[in-house]
Amino acid sequence: MIERIWAWLIASSSWVGPDGIGARLGEHVLFSVVVVAAAIVVGVPLGLWIGHLGRGRWLIAAANAARAVPTLGLLFALALWVGPHIPGRWAFVVPSLVALLLLAIPPVLAGTYAGVEAIDPAVRDAARAMGMSPLRVIRQVELPNAMPLVLSGVRSAMLQVVATATIAAYVGLGGLGRFLVDGLASGNYPMTAGGAILVAALALVIDAVLALAQRLLVPAGLREGGRERIASGRHTGNPATAGDPTVSPAR
Amino acid sequence: MIRFDGVSKVYPGGAVAVDNLGLTIPTGQITVLVGPSGCGKTTSLRMINRMVKPTSGTITVDGQDIARIRASKLRRGMGYVLQDAGLFPHRTVLDNIGTVPRLLGWKRARIQERARELLERVGLEDDLADRYPNQLSGGQRQRVGVARALAADPPVLLMDEPFSAVDPVVRDQLQSDLLALQADLSKTIVLVTHDIDEALRLGDQVAVLRRGGHLAQVGSPAELLAHPADDFVADFLGRDRGYRSLAFAGMPRLTLHAERTVTLGEPLPAGGPPWVLVLDAGRPQGWVRTEEVHRPGRRVLVDDLERGGNVARLDSTPREVLDAALSSPAGRGVIIDDQGEFVGTVVASELLALLELERGQR
Amino acid sequence: MTWFLDHWDEVITLARQHAVLAALPLAVGFLLALPLGWAARRWRTAYPILVTASGLLYTIPSLALFVLLPLVLGTRILDPLNVVVAMTIYTVALLVRTVADALGAVPEGVRSAAVALGYRAPRRFMTVELPLAVPVLVAGLRVAAVSNVSIVSVASLIGVTQLGDLLTDGYNRAIGGELITGILACLVLALLFDVTLQGLGRLLTPWVRVEQARGRPVTKGAAA
Repeated sequence: MIERIWAWLIASSSWVGPDGIGARLGEHVLFSVVVVAAAIVVGVPLGLWIGHLGRGRWLIAAANAARAVPTLGLLFALALWVGPHIPGRWAFVVPSLVALLLLAIPPVLAGTYAGVEAIDPAVRDAARAMGMSPLRVIRQVELPNAMPLVLSGVRSAMLQVVATATIAAYVGLGGLGRFLVDGLASGNYPMTAGGAILVAALALVIDAVLALAQRLLVPAGLREGGRERIASGRHTGNPATAGDPTVSPAR
Repeated sequence: MIRFDGVSKVYPGGAVAVDNLGLTIPTGQITVLVGPSGCGKTTSLRMINRMVKPTSGTITVDGQDIARIRASKLRRGMGYVLQDAGLFPHRTVLDNIGTVPRLLGWKRARIQERARELLERVGLEDDLADRYPNQLSGGQRQRVGVARALAADPPVLLMDEPFSAVDPVVRDQLQSDLLALQADLSKTIVLVTHDIDEALRLGDQVAVLRRGGHLAQVGSPAELLAHPADDFVADFLGRDRGYRSLAFAGMPRLTLHAERTVTLGEPLPAGGPPWVLVLDAGRPQGWVRTEEVHRPGRRVLVDDLERGGNVARLDSTPREVLDAALSSPAGRGVIIDDQGEFVGTVVASELLALLELERGQR
Repeated sequence: MTWFLDHWDEVITLARQHAVLAALPLAVGFLLALPLGWAARRWRTAYPILVTASGLLYTIPSLALFVLLPLVLGTRILDPLNVVVAMTIYTVALLVRTVADALGAVPEGVRSAAVALGYRAPRRFMTVELPLAVPVLVAGLRVAAVSNVSIVSVASLIGVTQLGDLLTDGYNRAIGGELITGILACLVLALLFDVTLQGLGRLLTPWVRVEQARGRPVTKGAAA
């Protein structure tokens, strides 16, 4: 069996053409990156704003609760009710992308908010006392200090999106999920397993890339600091999310 | 000069933090706001740079109503030091110090130069410049906090419990460094503390507040100790108020006594008094008991010394001189000059008699 | 609503299957995560290795894992065992770090006191450290439980029967009532898991309730 999967994976016929691995891989990456970028555009400013004002926390609670919605159900519901209203070939793409976006925003939003929330109040106080305007406080103090948790929110959103984009092949989205869904439907196990290996590999690679980005983007003073701040008892993290408040509960 | 005029702060829900406060804070001096928790001292401090908005009353700085000055402009002209420093974890020590100059739009090179200068000024090594706050000790962080507040050379410095989070030894050092700094800079400093010792040590003027935001008494430390306005202030100053007041009393002209001395490493001559003072290059090292140390040909060694006694200087306060006398194993307080060399000893009873006499004359 | 009323017995059966597929891995995964998390706490070098490894496992998308496990386990693709094993892997991956951090959150003073009182390591773990770690552990379990309930529904794509079937069938045959019922049933099940675990946590930590009743002093915006 393993030889047959391997054979499928290395066959040049599997790689080329609009249905080939190359094209599907490209689609999968494109969808994921676009959706997560959109989630950042929405989630980060919103999270910063809620964290800064300390108002509108119900939105964070709602975002967290929304994560209990089964991803499969969300995907199907949007495909069933939104799809028919969209003309042409976009009918298969738009509902899926909207579903992915709805799944990607909560982790980014919650991560950003948690990051701002965890900042030592004295730091914010000092920023204000030195005459920084609210926007400056957000940009120069809160965002950089929240960065570790913002990025782990982004990482977890990305995992979620890569995984769910696979399932979205069932409702007509392209991407690597096609090999799994089509393989299952036609009883072609080598293709199914080959697709699964590709998806798993893609998820690992993207996560590694983001882990690297996390290293580069987190301000140096916060890197070693994490452990020490916890040791000094100023760890304000919520125990309900021990360690990582942005861990994605559904995929 | 900063003036509070009938200033009150009432929080929604009716909690009164500050009640009709009237207070004048003189330019170039340290004014300490002291009191138990809930007395409104921090709230009062934070109203000066508009971090808290008064419910009624006015605060003026050099005659100008602060409500009419833009908050950011006002704040950039007032240094602010917090209890746990509140340094920015994502910025190096140097960048932390340069925060306000950057807000004011100074040139890079000038900010760098100024920050390095301040680092030295607050007694920190130059190689700490590129460290991050979480790599510093509590005392170092607090020093960086002071440097950051001084960066743009503001005339006013607001300090909120600046030394409360560090251990007593470090606190003592930070306090004396602040006094040394102030002797050079003559800033208008408003400092909040709950520690009456700190207040009496640092304040040119001390304002004692009581719960509910009432001003109980304002005055110099000596005035407070000598004439507390009521029981609350007297209690707050503590039981050893009389002894403490000696720190602010004038020193009477004392007769210094000569003392039998021996140099460290030399043998003790025979037939001396029971206690002999040991010197090394003229500086007092400790006392030795003659009957323990005196053997023919035996030299006085470091291990023989009874330490424990504090020394006072010629310009010390009566409190320090009395303490030197009382803590000495020989019962005589050692007095040194500016070079640290021994000049004579004093006896507690004589000092007390003189203080008594002075009191009678007043 | 009418769809549900017509098919409620079917929904209950599916929900029961769904519950087993989510709960069994939760229990097994927790039991596996305990010693692993303890080891991560105990040995400095083990922590990054275990946490990284579980992070990598958690990264693999569920559908891919469901499909690949038959290859590793030698099972048939329709075998529910694949789902149970996959969910166990996710549970362990989530909980190893939680257990390690929960044990780390036990105050050092309490641990030292237990040592000083003469507790030996195994007894200390069972009677002092583990009970004190309960609040954090329960929090981790709640996240894992809600996650499991959601992921299990994906298994309908590989033909393993549970509430996800309502989603797939509802979509395929465009029966809105069935699809909605499926979503709501999943939510209710997740809520049930969450409430049960929360209740269990409260039952196991009577001291936390006492602390909350006494009310911690509000430190925010203290006007000193």
